[in-house]
Amino acid sequence: MQYMFLLYDNEAAAGDAPQDEAAFEAMMAPWVAYTHALVEAGVMRGGEALMPTSTATTLTRAGGALVTTDGPFAETAEQLGGFYLVECASLEEALKWAALCPAMETGRVEVRPIMPTDPPG
Amino acid sequence: MDLNRAIDGLHRAHHRALVAPLIRILGGFEAAEDVVQDTFAKALEVWGREGLPEVPLAWLRRTARNGAIDRYRRQGRWRQKAAQIAAEAPAQVMARALDDAFEDAHLADDALRLIFTCCHPALAPEAQIGLTLRTVCGLTSEQVARAFLVQRTTLQQRLVRAQRKIDQAGIRYEVPGPEQLEPRLAAVLHTVYLVFTEGYAATDGDTLLRVDLCDEAIRLARLVSGLLPERAEVQGLLALMLLHHARRAARVDDAGELVLLADQDRGRWDRALIAEALPLVEAGLRGRPTATYAIEAAIAALHARAPSAADTDWMQIAALYAVLERQTGGNPVVRLNAAVAVAMAGGLDAGLARLEALAGEPALATSHRLPAARAELLRRAGRLTDARAAFREALARVNNPVEARHLARRLAALGGHAAEEREK
Repeated sequence: MQYMFLLYDNEAAAGDAPQDEAAFEAMMAPWVAYTHALVEAGVMRGGEALMPTSTATTLTRAGGALVTTDGPFAETAEQLGGFYLVECASLEEALKWAALCPAMETGRVEVRPIMPTDPPG
Repeated sequence: MDLNRAIDGLHRAHHRALVAPLIRILGGFEAAEDVVQDTFAKALEVWGREGLPEVPLAWLRRTARNGAIDRYRRQGRWRQKAAQIAAEAPAQVMARALDDAFEDAHLADDALRLIFTCCHPALAPEAQIGLTLRTVCGLTSEQVARAFLVQRTTLQQRLVRAQRKIDQAGIRYEVPGPEQLEPRLAAVLHTVYLVFTEGYAATDGDTLLRVDLCDEAIRLARLVSGLLPERAEVQGLLALMLLHHARRAARVDDAGELVLLADQDRGRWDRALIAEALPLVEAGLRGRPTATYAIEAAIAALHARAPSAADTDWMQIAALYAVLERQTGGNPVVRLNAAVAVAMAGGLDAGLARLEALAGEPALATSHRLPAARAELLRRAGRLTDARAAFREALARVNNPVEARHLARRLAALGGHAAEEREK
């Protein structure tokens, strides 16, 4: 089964990425290690980090017209900052992996099963 | 002090021409703006010591160009993109690219690209306004902050956030293609009009210190009109703003009190602005579909042409409002104005009935405009008790003190007081 890990954290508290090369690499190290672990275990199906919500644009339909607005869909205390897509045998296994995610240091991880769909045709 | 003023003047005259080429070459809005701000900061420092250079623009361009090259060199290697470009473009190549980018031949295209980028709908409306005023109009952050009565630091944070969003979300520095031009131009014109209405509403405050936002909006519309002369909606908006602006001296009396259109001294209307606007109204109306701004301008033109309030062609105004009503899909504010026009064209009862029908509109629920309009029509109909009640309702809702005093005077003229009426 596939699961999506949705990584939430308070991006204001996390602050900007450090400009200094060494500090940047130190910040990235646990993420690199975690991603490697997922790949080596054969469960990694994909994942990305997102730019902060200050770069978000929300599209809605009001009446017939598309309306473009600045900002995320909802202002929340914690923001979606990235995701992983993993292949696990069970929710228990997925939760074990989620617990190891570096996002758990300061934030939280929402684990959602991918909805099974029949292949077309 | 004089140097500060000279630098503000140069900022205003040349900011656009400095920042636009840098956006193209540096590939980033924030980086370009930083280089320009640093350039002006350096001008203040150096010119304070050595006096103004002979050709300030040449000095500013040279300094901005060198600043851009320095910035490239300083950018950390881990920033892959910068490193890539730095590898491909040694300083000399970049200097040549910058010199070419600073050629005057690019000015018009750059202005248009800048306006569309600053007014991108993915930016918050107040950020669009602030960015446009600083980047396109060349106002300093200080001037923009003062015009909107916000702290300079608040404004600067807002602009920095918007600049970052442009860079990070991938908003392209370009004029939209034909299929996107219409909605994007609508967004630009909306922003320009917001600048104008902000200036129009600001009747208080010290005009010596505050930049006149109406003037800025008109200047912007003239710029866009010059760059896109074939777009009827631009001519319509420019005409509309000119016609409103022409009335500015008559809108407020010597005591600072609001004067209704009907009571204005038409001798104080700016005839030169009206003369400039009337052909633009015609041009605006030629577009298909007819632009909303052009219809509004045509209505304003009928007022401007009327020798007195009594001679106003209300029949034609009511007809234009009917078109506007259809076009805006029954926008409540348009319906309100249409109802008043119908009443003034002789259908007092029909106009009042239309206003009653607007009573449940959420968009008007907290505004004083509906009861104020009802009050005026009830007064005309001779239903004075109802008129007084409607004026009181309007007074309870109004926020702007100038408009509140106006409503209180209207109420007093009907023998009423702001307090609850005792009579039946």
